[in-house]
Amino acid sequence: MSTFIVKGARPYGEDAVDIEVTDGVITAIGQGLTGDETVDAAGLVALPGFVDLHTHLREPGREDTETIETGSRAAALGGYTAVFAMANTDPVADNAVVVEHVWRRGQEIGLVDVHPVGAVTVGLKGEKLAELGTMARSTARVRLFSDDGLCVADPLIMRRALEYTKALDAVIAQHAEEPRLTVGAQAHEGDLAARLGLAGWPSVAEEAIVARDCLLAKHVGARLHVCHVSTEGTADVLRWAKARGTRVSAEVTPHHLLLDDERLNTYDPVNKVNPPLRTTTDAAALRQALADGTVDCVATDHAPHAAQDKDCEWSAARPGMLGLQTALSIVVATMVEPGLLDWRGVARVMSERPAEIAGLTDQGRPIAVGEPATFTLVDPAARWTVRGAELASIAANTPYEGMELPGAVVATFLRGKLTARDGKATA
Amino acid sequence: MKHLLGTEGLDPATALAILDTADGLKRTLLGREVKKLPTLRGRTVITCFYEDSTRTRVSFEIAGKWMSADVVNVSAGSSSAKKGESLRDTALTLAAAGADCVVVRHPASGAAHRLASWLAHTNTSVVNAGDGTHEHPTQALLDMATLRERLGSVEGRRIAVVGDVLHSRVARSNVHLLTSFGADVVLVAPPTLLPTGVADWPVGSAGSLRVSHHLDAELPTADAVMMLRVQAERMHGGFFPSAREYSIAYGLSEARAAMLPDHAVVLHPGPMLRGMEISAAVADSPRAAITQQVANGVHVRMAVLYHLLAGEEDAA
Repeated sequence: MSTFIVKGARPYGEDAVDIEVTDGVITAIGQGLTGDETVDAAGLVALPGFVDLHTHLREPGREDTETIETGSRAAALGGYTAVFAMANTDPVADNAVVVEHVWRRGQEIGLVDVHPVGAVTVGLKGEKLAELGTMARSTARVRLFSDDGLCVADPLIMRRALEYTKALDAVIAQHAEEPRLTVGAQAHEGDLAARLGLAGWPSVAEEAIVARDCLLAKHVGARLHVCHVSTEGTADVLRWAKARGTRVSAEVTPHHLLLDDERLNTYDPVNKVNPPLRTTTDAAALRQALADGTVDCVATDHAPHAAQDKDCEWSAARPGMLGLQTALSIVVATMVEPGLLDWRGVARVMSERPAEIAGLTDQGRPIAVGEPATFTLVDPAARWTVRGAELASIAANTPYEGMELPGAVVATFLRGKLTARDGKATA
Repeated sequence: MKHLLGTEGLDPATALAILDTADGLKRTLLGREVKKLPTLRGRTVITCFYEDSTRTRVSFEIAGKWMSADVVNVSAGSSSAKKGESLRDTALTLAAAGADCVVVRHPASGAAHRLASWLAHTNTSVVNAGDGTHEHPTQALLDMATLRERLGSVEGRRIAVVGDVLHSRVARSNVHLLTSFGADVVLVAPPTLLPTGVADWPVGSAGSLRVSHHLDAELPTADAVMMLRVQAERMHGGFFPSAREYSIAYGLSEARAAMLPDHAVVLHPGPMLRGMEISAAVADSPRAAITQQVANGVHVRMAVLYHLLAGEEDAA
């Protein structure tokens, strides 16, 4: 029997307690607990391990930018205990063989629970449903399907996907982008992109698809998840849809909470993401929507890219940025420090709601006796400077290079196993 | 000045110095049989064109040669870019090979800015010869040189920029430069060919910017009309119903040109779509300054190269 005591942690930022962990389960919480082994957590906030619904691990296909192993390390260091690996790999995760490979590698590495996301359509082409049931029944037990990177634009295919996954107790996660409105799009359609000569990605291209999909989900009684919400208008649509009982959930990325399109000025593609960075008004509206629950959770859209795919002309650069190791700090900066969320709120948006959305029963659980010892220790007073080259990912494409951020993950436990401590993943 | 990347943010004093130098060079070379000055002897200018171009590339080449620089022309079709070399590696190669100045045209907006950032630690200057739909600063400078010759000054003058503003780097560069010299610019185009939020663009404090969809209403008060090229591929892009309808609404016909004040001048950056954007009669009329623009282009580019490569030495 393996027992240890986490001394002096503050669950959800509240009073300090000792947490006893035995065989991966929280067996006691109280004052003055003793045991053979202790972990000093004085002053640290304990939160349920974070769950990321939107991670790009790049394996198989682009192991030069990230592998399941390096991505798992980054996740553990970022306080995550479960990640959902997007399907736009090479080959595409549109069949049981690929999703089982991803699942198995995640198990072998053991730093986080790696849940493969299955593609909605074969080859992400938006034309023909992938074998959703086979993926759901595989050992990977896929419950989240997405063509992320691309939108399931055909309304009939989207309807069929929503209907079909009802029987699988699964969710369709949509990258909402009306492709005809974003032909050649390079940046948020607005004053700055126009001055810089970058073709615009209008907010309405996202909002129109979200509105359509909410109507479809309501019509067929299925569950819809909206990926990386980026506009104020989308938040409005979600509010409306939820008010009329639509089974819709949504995520927002840390970068859409913090950054805005003013960063385009230098043409540095480290700031290029899809959907693009929007306006300060959008960012403020998204922070509010996350605080009031209109947007359910934070998801990183962690997207590693090789240097040559970023250190180039803007239009040639691939969209995306690293996110796993900076997410907590960005949430602290944008939500906690301004008073929009307390630590319970952070637990809700980074752990509990994403676990619920994906149907995970052993993640996002309370820090309580009898629950899995799957939690993260955060130093709320820490400040650290981001250095892309020092992050665990193979790639280094972070927009926060040189930026000092508040709050730091000190340790992560997955079912009682220490997976990260003081900046080192403990595989 | 190390680089010339755009006219947005270009100090009016610097722009004026380039224009005055261009004017001086033009007068110096006027009537000369041998148009060669020794100013840039031993300096190497590489023109690196990732898009097809005749007038701009030739203009830079002549400008460099008339200044006695060694001019090397590279085009993407015959360069390592075709083999997949990145723009960054090409830039570093050109700098390492001894380029004092790289003149770059590229289909990606911001390419010249990226090039300049990669060459920040070298002595190589970058001139933006057109980047995507962003800027074409030497075109705006040569347009300004032409307008100064025709109108004396652009301050308080009303300049109509007509056509495909959305995709026009010429329009963007001209908006910044003209308004910084006190011109009142009106962009005339259908709403589909105007950039988002253009009416709110920051402009030079001395001038103004507004938008119109009605060319006929603007012509009687225009001191100059700058016609823009409608790119052929746009005609099928749903930006307007047909070439015929565009021509009817925004083409500069003889009848329309007759609405202009007598002193008004007509410009076009070329190549022209005669009969659609501008009638042949107007393009060839005395009020058209199109060949004058081309001639001034050489002098302006000579002046730009001078200020980038020799100006500081002379000043010292």
